[in-house]
Amino acid sequence: MSAIRFLVNGAPAEVEVPGMRRLLDVLREELGLTGTKEGCGEGECGACSVLLDGQLVDACLVPMSQVDGRIVRTVEGLSLAARERGDLDALQEAFLEFGAAQCGICTPGMLMAARAYLDAGGGPDHDAIRESIAGNLCRCTGYQKIVEAIAAVAAGDV
Amino acid sequence: MTTRTMPRPAVSPDRSAPDALVIERGMTTAGRAVGFPRRREGPAKLTGAAKYTDDLVFPGAWYGATIRSTEPRARLIAIELDPAVDWSRVVVVTAADIPGENLVSAIKEDQPVLVPVGGEIRHHAEPVALIAAPDRETIRRLRSRVRLVTEPLPPVLDPEASDHEFASYEIGGGALEAGFAAADVIFEGEYRVGHQEQLYIENNAMIAVPGEDGEMAVHGSLQCPYYVHKAMRKTLGLSAAQARVIQAETGGGFGGKEEYPSIIALHAALLARKAGRPVRMIYDRHEDLAATTKRHPAIVRHRTGIMADGALVAQDIELIMDGGAYCTLTPVVLSRGALHSGGPYRCPNVRIRARATRTNTPPNGAFRGFGAPQVEFAMETHLNRIAERLGMSPAEIRRRNAYELNDVTPTGQVLRESVAAQEVLRVAVEASEFERIRRATAAAAAARRGSGMLPPGRLRSGSAASASGIGLALAWHGAGFTGSGEVHIGSVASVELAGDGRIRVLIGSTEMGQGTNTIFPLMVAGELGLPAEVVDMAAVDTAFVPDSGPTVASRTAMVVGGLCIDAARRLRAEVEERNDGRPFAEVYRSDAATHGPTRIDQTFEPYPGISFDDATYRGDAYPAFGWAACVASVDVDLDTGEVSVRDVVAVDDVGRVIHPILCEGQVEGGTLQAIGYATIEEIKLDNGRYLNDRLATYLIPTALDAPRMTTILVEAPFSGAPHGAKGVGELPMDVGAPAVIAAIHDAVGVWVTELPATPERILAAIDATGAGGTGAEGVA
Repeated sequence: MSAIRFLVNGAPAEVEVPGMRRLLDVLREELGLTGTKEGCGEGECGACSVLLDGQLVDACLVPMSQVDGRIVRTVEGLSLAARERGDLDALQEAFLEFGAAQCGICTPGMLMAARAYLDAGGGPDHDAIRESIAGNLCRCTGYQKIVEAIAAVAAGDV
Repeated sequence: MTTRTMPRPAVSPDRSAPDALVIERGMTTAGRAVGFPRRREGPAKLTGAAKYTDDLVFPGAWYGATIRSTEPRARLIAIELDPAVDWSRVVVVTAADIPGENLVSAIKEDQPVLVPVGGEIRHHAEPVALIAAPDRETIRRLRSRVRLVTEPLPPVLDPEASDHEFASYEIGGGALEAGFAAADVIFEGEYRVGHQEQLYIENNAMIAVPGEDGEMAVHGSLQCPYYVHKAMRKTLGLSAAQARVIQAETGGGFGGKEEYPSIIALHAALLARKAGRPVRMIYDRHEDLAATTKRHPAIVRHRTGIMADGALVAQDIELIMDGGAYCTLTPVVLSRGALHSGGPYRCPNVRIRARATRTNTPPNGAFRGFGAPQVEFAMETHLNRIAERLGMSPAEIRRRNAYELNDVTPTGQVLRESVAAQEVLRVAVEASEFERIRRATAAAAAARRGSGMLPPGRLRSGSAASASGIGLALAWHGAGFTGSGEVHIGSVASVELAGDGRIRVLIGSTEMGQGTNTIFPLMVAGELGLPAEVVDMAAVDTAFVPDSGPTVASRTAMVVGGLCIDAARRLRAEVEERNDGRPFAEVYRSDAATHGPTRIDQTFEPYPGISFDDATYRGDAYPAFGWAACVASVDVDLDTGEVSVRDVVAVDDVGRVIHPILCEGQVEGGTLQAIGYATIEEIKLDNGRYLNDRLATYLIPTALDAPRMTTILVEAPFSGAPHGAKGVGELPMDVGAPAVIAAIHDAVGVWVTELPATPERILAAIDATGAGGTGAEGVA
């Protein structure tokens, strides 16, 4: 056990946990950030996708020893500015408008994948968007409305 | 290309299908539901605030786990706890701890909650004992120290070899042999489908919380709160008031959370009862895949008599379903399968014989489509092969045979209204340019053959890396419950004008992503002349909401929605009457202040003129049918046999569109599940055990596997429902797989008759014909 310090959604966090404890469990249990979901626990479904120093990762595959001193973003901090306004950001707005969330369990991870894609300068091309969310499984939507929602944000159309 | 759709403002509910309304394309822009409310719980889901079961915190809760059999069939001799281990800090539950009946409430009640000592283990991963501990590490350590002493018994793994029948039906008749005698061509075929996993992304999850005076509450991921409620009363010996079921936000169901959550709730409750504290029973993916229900595997055999002009004159159909180890909902799944097995086609002489048997594999249960996807894959593929034999277009053979108004089904049901088979077929063929593309793919196939570069049995030519194909399928789906199911259940739905002037819908129907929370306020508000925002949805908690029947069978919008509309109409009439006829919207707040709350409970009443005889299987099997056509375009890799589904045009008659974006979402999602069924989703078994019981090995389509989808909605309303809706959830699941299989044939000339059409099966079918790309009949 050792103290692990990191930033999560802009706020400092410190936890004393075994180094092999999963980031997913720390987020959900130690920090109460239950927006990040567990779908398979083996990096196949992407429901636990978060950003680690801006990179999209599966939080179920990240041991806490790799999180020390780094920056974590979860769905709760998708847009800190929007959250402060008590509002949704453009990506969340687009998901709502296009019907890109149904049961919602893949949605937090899907939003993080979309955020990573957009932050990296991704455009509205549907094939590129599909590639960027290929690690995030959705069983409800058939992906079409998700792709359209992300494309609309990429095109500045939301 | 994507088409956006929007319903026209008013549709007369008494129209029948000849003038079915095809919703015009392009009436909204860029996919946005202009003028329609957004998903009610959407903001909570998009910010991570929505609470699914595993997100709920109960202080002091322990973790529960299930000890399962590792054999397909055995006698349970003893359950031994390793004496070297300290068991004082955990709770272990066996069948001996069950206060009520050791049976999971279901149709036949053959499934124990836990296998008792001396009893028979009937499938791999069957629950035998339960363990709860304060932390997961203790569970991990101790669960392997529970030893099951068993005596192996020979398993039955072949459904055709099983001598235990869960159900059987024989439907129809006519002059079958005379029909075959008159036929110009008799065509036979056998079709097989395997298991399919629902694969909701949220695994099954239940938390049981003991209360005072013998109360037990469960919070969980579930479709049918009153199924769980009934199961708790029976097994735990609770009164109706002592058992309480509360639905948490639910991350998908697709039928997989219809009947199975009952046993998980019972397990959690048994542990919570013994531990005297809340117990969390949260499945991981491996356990969910290994132990919970799947779509029934099936074998379908067709013998069909056809005239030279393509008219069907005789159909003899045999259907065998593998029920797995326990009955679950198998008789009803089989019934729907049998009733749909002839397809949406007129035929004077039909015999359908169906049976479902027991095997020593995990029980199969509800999954979107509920028996229909299996048989419609078989029928549509069979009909496409018949069209090929007759040299007729797949569209043309359907035009000649598809049901029209006043046609009669094999149960003797006269289709008096809402028959849009021809309409969805026409629209799909036109929108996809089916015939033009078919000519092009045929020309390309001829060119490949003509190149002379095709070695026997393989398709690869010097230049072409892949072949394209297009395929068509048509389906019907009985709206709501089969036969007299709805009458037996007698669902209740309530609309309340509360004392504070709020309007609330109280239903036991659940939101699991399909849009219940959003469409019910829309339907009720529409009747009251109010905006949808002022109508609340009561939380699904059996302490407060009535039993509206299970959230299954695409019945929620149609049946429960109809009840809510009727309740809203009564509420409006009552309030307006005591306010001098002034409009409800003007007076409801003051009425609530003056008169206090007004609640209308609406109970289901049989649809007029609809009747079914369960004993003879004659009559109106369904009050109405939804109709769907699908055209799929595929590329088949000529080296590997891999299939890529590129484009889909899906045309679905849902009776009445309530919310266009949510409705399209159902069609798109169901279509992709059907494509997964057709191409990659498969369970491999070894001695009754699922081999690929992880998400790394059971594959579902990703965004890269999903085609571009064009959805076109058609409205042929059902007059029995006040709004005309016939449901949408299951329709697209019936029709996608045979369209893909037809497209594969169009591309490479072989018929894959066993799902999924894996590269191995496609290559084997090509090898079996010995002449790739010739359109010869192949086998799987």
